[in-house]
Amino acid sequence: MDAFVTFCLRMGDNALILGQRTAEWCGHAPVLEEDIAFANMGLDLIGQTQLWYGLAAEAEGKGRTPDDLAFLRPERQFLNSLLVEQPNTDFGHALMRQYLFDAWHLPMQEELAKSSHEGVRGLAQKTVKEVRYHLDRSRDLIVRLGDGSEESHKRMQDALDWLWPFTADLLATDEVDAQMADEGIAPVPALIAKAFDAETQATLARATLTIPETRLRRTGGRDGIHTEHMGYILAEMQSLQRTYPGARW
Amino acid sequence: MYAQLVESGKAETSEQDVAFQKRIDDGIRIEPKDWMPEGYRKTLIRQIGQHAHSEIVGQLPEGNWITRAPTLQRKAILLAKVQDEAGHGLYLYCAAETLGISRDEMTEQLLAGKAKYSSIFNYPTLTWADIGAIGWLVDGAAIMNQVPLQRCSYGPYSRAMIRICKEESFHQRQGFDIMRALVEGTEDQKAMAQDALNRWWWPSLMMFGPSDKDSVHSEQSMRWGIKQNTNDELRQKFVDQTVPQAEWLGLTVPDSELSWNEEKGGYDFGEPDWNEFMEVIKGNGPCNRERLEARQKAWDDGAWFREGLMAHAEKQSAPIAAE
Ligand SMILES: [Fe+2]
Ligand SMILES: [Fe+2]
Ligand SMILES: [Fe+2]
Repeated sequence: MDAFVTFCLRMGDNALILGQRTAEWCGHAPVLEEDIAFANMGLDLIGQTQLWYGLAAEAEGKGRTPDDLAFLRPERQFLNSLLVEQPNTDFGHALMRQYLFDAWHLPMQEELAKSSHEGVRGLAQKTVKEVRYHLDRSRDLIVRLGDGSEESHKRMQDALDWLWPFTADLLATDEVDAQMADEGIAPVPALIAKAFDAETQATLARATLTIPETRLRRTGGRDGIHTEHMGYILAEMQSLQRTYPGARW
Repeated sequence: MYAQLVESGKAETSEQDVAFQKRIDDGIRIEPKDWMPEGYRKTLIRQIGQHAHSEIVGQLPEGNWITRAPTLQRKAILLAKVQDEAGHGLYLYCAAETLGISRDEMTEQLLAGKAKYSSIFNYPTLTWADIGAIGWLVDGAAIMNQVPLQRCSYGPYSRAMIRICKEESFHQRQGFDIMRALVEGTEDQKAMAQDALNRWWWPSLMMFGPSDKDSVHSEQSMRWGIKQNTNDELRQKFVDQTVPQAEWLGLTVPDSELSWNEEKGGYDFGEPDWNEFMEVIKGNGPCNRERLEARQKAWDDGAWFREGLMAHAEKQSAPIAAE
């Protein structure tokens, strides 16, 4: 596959699968304000998905639509990082997953807003504000809950312990990233890794949370090798399109 | 309980009551700091609370389809809608709080089964067409109920309704558009649309409440300017508006008694099954237990989150910022 298409799909798939997980909270969050915030983030993420898939579909030139990309690809062709598909074990996991993603996503979008590719640049300029808001919000909650009650601290630490190994998949790099960086389309991966480290080290320290000392690195999502959760996300998400092939909605 | 309030209200009509009634009759809005009869306050708390709970519980049947919406666009629209509903809940809780009850108290009443919410949300959403039918019929009926409430005598409620009604009309159009796409689609999709109309029609008519002759709350609420139209008037309006829309869609309203009455310039239609309505109100509808259980679970599972934020706020010795 064309490197640019792969890059756009990775970005779009991250947004879609996280949006899907985020939307699962609708009506089930701990306070009404969080119901609203999660719906709002989900909405931003689905909007970003449409934009990335639009770029991917156009570059691919096979006449596929963004909906085809979302609803008709099998699991092995989804290229999102493993982090975003992790389940809503509790609200702490959901917040930590969001925070770790945002900590990577914001520096990424800020750099993409300077991309040499007009479509990417426009997309990032349009969405960077949303992403900044997401990080502001998730960072704030991570600090308050990490440095909150004994139980909230424990839950946030558990979530961090569980999710941290998956951040390796956000930061993983391959020849696609190298080529995107060479062409000035996307930033040099090391730059994003540095920003991610700075953000997480500072914030997690403020939250009195400890980054786990683990050698475990969970990667593979960017190549379509997922965790066992992924199949269920897609089975649910794609069910109507799969049951009624070719129907228009 | 309510009937008792109305009676005692009548028994001790004071000068204050007379002045209050005059204000309402003159169309002057009542604001939170104004004196008001206890019955008026209680009626409003009950009604606004019920309305707020309906918005919150209403997230559940529709939220059931967000992860399965058939296109990205439909998914985004549905998410935005459910977000609006949560926002409506928030405005309404705030409006009720001006009457001296807290959101937590109202939530506890809901979870204890002491406060009601619209019985419509005790029906399940079984197919994607149900999301269309809810937007079209349920939001449609909600608008019918709510437009007059924009003129409600209580200022904060009236203002909340003005904001809410704008969004509800979007919801209705979006629901109708889902139905339109289905009836323009395959045979399976058309059947799905008809099936949804069959299942949601009668519960939607019940949203206006029992017939006027059986409604306990109507009369005093009308005098107080909390209610502007009777249940039957609104139901008639809804039927008159909706039947032509169903015809336009090529769908059949599941009522054999439905016919145009030239003389009254409206439709004649059958009686909803009020026994079913009463059963659902009492907690015996298809999803009452699921809905309350989901809200209870959200509340219980979220306790650590709320307490964690409080604990943090206390550490900062800043004003409590938990909610
Ligand atoms: Fe609403
Ligand atoms: Fe409503
Ligand atoms: Fe609505």
